[in-house]
Amino acid sequence: MTAEAAAEVQVVRRAEPPRRAGWLIVARKEFADHLASARFIILLLVLGAATLIPLYIAADAIRNVADLVTDNRGAFLLLFLATSSDSPVPNVLTFVAIVAPLLGVAFAFDAINSERSDGTLPRLLSQPIYRDDVINGKFAAGLAVIALVMLAVFAVISGFGIFRLGIVPSADDLIRLVAWYAITVVWVGLWLALGLVLSVAMRRAANAALAGFGIWIAVAIFGRLVVEAIAGAIAPITSASSIQEQLDLASLQNAILRVLPLTLFQEASAVLLRPDKTTVTTPATIDQLEQLGQQLQGQYLPFDQSALLIWPHVVALVAMTAVCFAAAYIWFMRQEVRA
Amino acid sequence: MTTATRPSRRRRGGASEASSSSAPIRTRALTKRYGDRIAVDTLDLEVRAGEIFGLLGQNGAGKTTTILMLLGLTEPSGGSSRVLGMDPTRHPLEVKRRVGYLPDAVGFYGNMTGRENLRYTARLNGLGGADAEAHIEAVLEQVGLTDRADGRTETYSRGMLQRLGIADALIKDPDVLILDEPTASIDPIGVIEILELLRGLVRERGMTVLLSSHLLDQVQTVCDRVGIFAHGRLIGVGTVAELAGTFGDGAAHLEATFQPDGPDPRATLLAVEGVDRVELDAGAGTWRITVRPVTASLRAREAIVDAAARGGLRMTSLHELEASLEDIYRTAVAGMTRGFAVDETIEEVGA
Repeated sequence: MTAEAAAEVQVVRRAEPPRRAGWLIVARKEFADHLASARFIILLLVLGAATLIPLYIAADAIRNVADLVTDNRGAFLLLFLATSSDSPVPNVLTFVAIVAPLLGVAFAFDAINSERSDGTLPRLLSQPIYRDDVINGKFAAGLAVIALVMLAVFAVISGFGIFRLGIVPSADDLIRLVAWYAITVVWVGLWLALGLVLSVAMRRAANAALAGFGIWIAVAIFGRLVVEAIAGAIAPITSASSIQEQLDLASLQNAILRVLPLTLFQEASAVLLRPDKTTVTTPATIDQLEQLGQQLQGQYLPFDQSALLIWPHVVALVAMTAVCFAAAYIWFMRQEVRA
Repeated sequence: MTTATRPSRRRRGGASEASSSSAPIRTRALTKRYGDRIAVDTLDLEVRAGEIFGLLGQNGAGKTTTILMLLGLTEPSGGSSRVLGMDPTRHPLEVKRRVGYLPDAVGFYGNMTGRENLRYTARLNGLGGADAEAHIEAVLEQVGLTDRADGRTETYSRGMLQRLGIADALIKDPDVLILDEPTASIDPIGVIEILELLRGLVRERGMTVLLSSHLLDQVQTVCDRVGIFAHGRLIGVGTVAELAGTFGDGAAHLEATFQPDGPDPRATLLAVEGVDRVELDAGAGTWRITVRPVTASLRAREAIVDAAARGGLRMTSLHELEASLEDIYRTAVAGMTRGFAVDETIEEVGA
């Protein structure tokens, strides 16, 4: 036994210095795979169309606004918010909020289970890398691709604004845009982490994709309905209910909605993209609305004040992403290599 | 090319040589439980340096679980193991750096070429640049895939994938090669190619090979020693001949042929000491001689040659028939399920 222990010590001492991190090598390969994949091209086209069509339609509305007030702060950011009143097409923000999750799920739903079904996982894990290098590398690669795609989309929209409409962003606009870009990447990262969880949990990639899209639909489209149902069950409204009870129900609904990542993202985006927005919530009573109107007619918040307003949202989004990724991570580390 | 195949030989320091020369793979009471089911049961295994060791057993006997524990990919429930003197559970990276592994039903990234797949593995092993490229080329040549190296692996046949898998395991220039079912789902000619490749590798590079299989006759032709594995336990270890002695019918079998027009050799043969039975295989024209006990086989062969010469028999050939692993395996597993004292036979065979 002592001889064995001695041999072990010697072996450890002989160990080579740590070489390049394994996750980086995995991430590099995954990144290259993503860029060459058909799904990347398809999603790029879909996302491109999803942002350019509303932008094109809203261009007239923006031009009018821009002509009206040349020194209008935040006019550049209208590119991402404006919509034409006579068209059913929503604005860029809405599109990003709804379509970006698809992007996240699409780049992660088969991350682990396809390695499993292709028989490459045991081979990969028998190389001298740590097991978490695999999942870390895949998450990093997915995030990098998404950041790249979003950057391209933002650049196209900005370019359109600058060259076609002649709106030049102010420094404040740019800072807000960069901040919104970061939040958008976190927003998609949340869905990427969710996709990773599904890819670890489900042995078949097709099932994971279906589950991911199911969750996306539940949150993005039926989210409000579900919340209303839950709130209604907790505090039911009858014909005898007083105004106060109805108000309570509304604030309860708001509280629950606030937990939904979609709400967090949309509220944070709205505050960032509109310097004149001084509150994250929609005013609930006429009183509040009037107060707001008197207070802040024509006033703009500096960036740091807007950031302060949405700081809890950002923290919550980052935390949700971290929790999701941690779930995928722990699950993967505990799984047997063999199916 | 030969120099290019060994870019990392310098890794072998004195320490590793000292610890690996005795037994590169050694386990003590290694156990793995999945809930109530015991996949590997107090396994004591020793694979000696420079040998091809065959782990033989039916599907579900615990072969793959054992291999995964040796690579540190699965944590044992009990016992210990040493691979190249290291504990794979505590130093998985060190072990995986020096052990090449071909998994059961190996897969590759179908959208990448064979060469790109190997390049990825090389990078994961910290190899890069021109050195790595030359090494990849050499390994590809060794497994005979040079001409198909730049085709996507999704177009490869199962046999080609298996060969690429061996190339993949060789990329890190391992001291120990662990192959899980290297010949499964491959056509007979492919099997012969792979086994010859393995033999060549051991001869050329002097590495230690542990391979698992459920195909007994293949193991027989390529392995120096064999361990018979059933229900998570090693019920016999040794050369095929040794195992035949333990688990066979207790007899050695010889085959002899004589000039067809000569006298009947039956009486002469039966007179030789140790010869138990003599039968004529009429179809092949050969005589099958049963010698008891197994240990008397060599003496009996000499005596038969003498007796034949004295008796005026013109013998054209005499050789010992190797016991088929299939027989041994069947006897061993049957004996185990009947519950006879297998532990004692292990002691005997192991010694």
